[in-house]
Amino acid sequence: MADDAKYVTLTDANFEEEVLQSDQPVLVDFWAEWCGPCRMIAPIVEELAADFEGRAKIGKVDVDQNSKVAMKYNVRSIPTLLFFKDGEVADQVVGATAKKQLSKKLEALMAQPA
Amino acid sequence: MAQPNGTSTTQALGALDFSDAEHREVVIIGTGPAGWTAALYASRANLAPLIYKGPEPGGQLTTTTDVENYPGYPKGVMGPDMMQQFEQQAVRFGTDARYGTVTDVDFSARPFRLVIDEETPVLANAVIVSTGASARYLGLENEQRLIGRGVSACATCDGAFFRDEEVLVVGGGDSAMEESMFLTRFASKVYVAHRREELRASQIMQERAFANDKIEFLWNTEVIDVLGDEQVEGVRLINNETQETWEKPVAALFLAIGHTPNTDIFEGWLDMDEAGYIQTQPDSSYTNIPGVFASGDAQDHVYRQAVTAAGTGCMAAIDAERWLSEHPLEEETPATTESPDTEEPAPAAA
Repeated sequence: MADDAKYVTLTDANFEEEVLQSDQPVLVDFWAEWCGPCRMIAPIVEELAADFEGRAKIGKVDVDQNSKVAMKYNVRSIPTLLFFKDGEVADQVVGATAKKQLSKKLEALMAQPA
Repeated sequence: MAQPNGTSTTQALGALDFSDAEHREVVIIGTGPAGWTAALYASRANLAPLIYKGPEPGGQLTTTTDVENYPGYPKGVMGPDMMQQFEQQAVRFGTDARYGTVTDVDFSARPFRLVIDEETPVLANAVIVSTGASARYLGLENEQRLIGRGVSACATCDGAFFRDEEVLVVGGGDSAMEESMFLTRFASKVYVAHRREELRASQIMQERAFANDKIEFLWNTEVIDVLGDEQVEGVRLINNETQETWEKPVAALFLAIGHTPNTDIFEGWLDMDEAGYIQTQPDSSYTNIPGVFASGDAQDHVYRQAVTAAGTGCMAAIDAERWLSEHPLEEETPATTESPDTEEPAPAAA
């Protein structure tokens, strides 16, 4: 899976274009190398990227390299998963969580009218 | 003895069709050291175990840094690394590891019924419970509201967000000391509020914490409120001897006040103590239900170490293997009186 990753690597530089201007809902995973739970749920996020390919965008922000985005969204705990729709935060999950929880929230966002 | 009336569980399960459900010899619930060790032994016994990783894959060790007391690692090992190594070792022998959470069980008859993520039915001839325990919170309204906004139970995850700020840790045990010392890498000051006058932490951890000049202890002190709108701006404290209360401005509140067992889904089926720890029969992993075995922190409120969890996970796999060979499913009448040492009759099947 790692070879043809379906998720988008987000940075301070591309966040505006990839997330805020996206016409699909976006799930953003704020993570860091030193965060154990982040590493443990990384495969879940990658599986979601494959499951939702073409329907929703899944992105990952390394908070070490991209502190501006993390600060802008007041991320003070990782993993934090923010759900964006039309440039706004529509939902969030703090801490490790089950894949099903995340996919349900994504489905719910896609069902909402734009 | 708990009565497995299972009213709510049966209703939730009732909607599911188990006729085509995947049917496994052993299902293991939870992936801390107990679960992975059970999986290692069960897979080497050719039981092809299926293990569900649950909502916190890897368990409590994923929120620690250096594990210095697991034998065989003379230089210590990072908790998350160790759990990945446990996983690799179990998978090497054929463990089927999946993301997913067991959300409901029906232990009234064999094969046992499990529901994964509220929708997928799975049948199991034997079940090993290794659901562990999760960090406890104080239970204050504003604490819950500010989780992820400065309230945290994982210093290793979140400490770096509080560079050059003052933070407060609640607790007096080894994990409180470990978290406090870790936090001094980032924070300008770490207060440790402890409700007693002396620590519960081991001597070596106490000495290290006392020697750290960024750490200041607040004795006989409890947190009674968390302050801040968008993020933590401070805490309200009380001295439980003088009843004096005061506000202390801090940017974060880290909880290290112990853990509660993750055993809710087994309520009504498995015997537990008042705190929710599953009761096992002496010198074994047997629960009150024959064919259901418990290991790790879900059944241990005394030792709660990685190495004891691994040890009981091993016991559960060996108990399950022997029990399965003595109780092949073909001959099985619904679970009745099989456990070795119970005086009380096991619960009748639904």
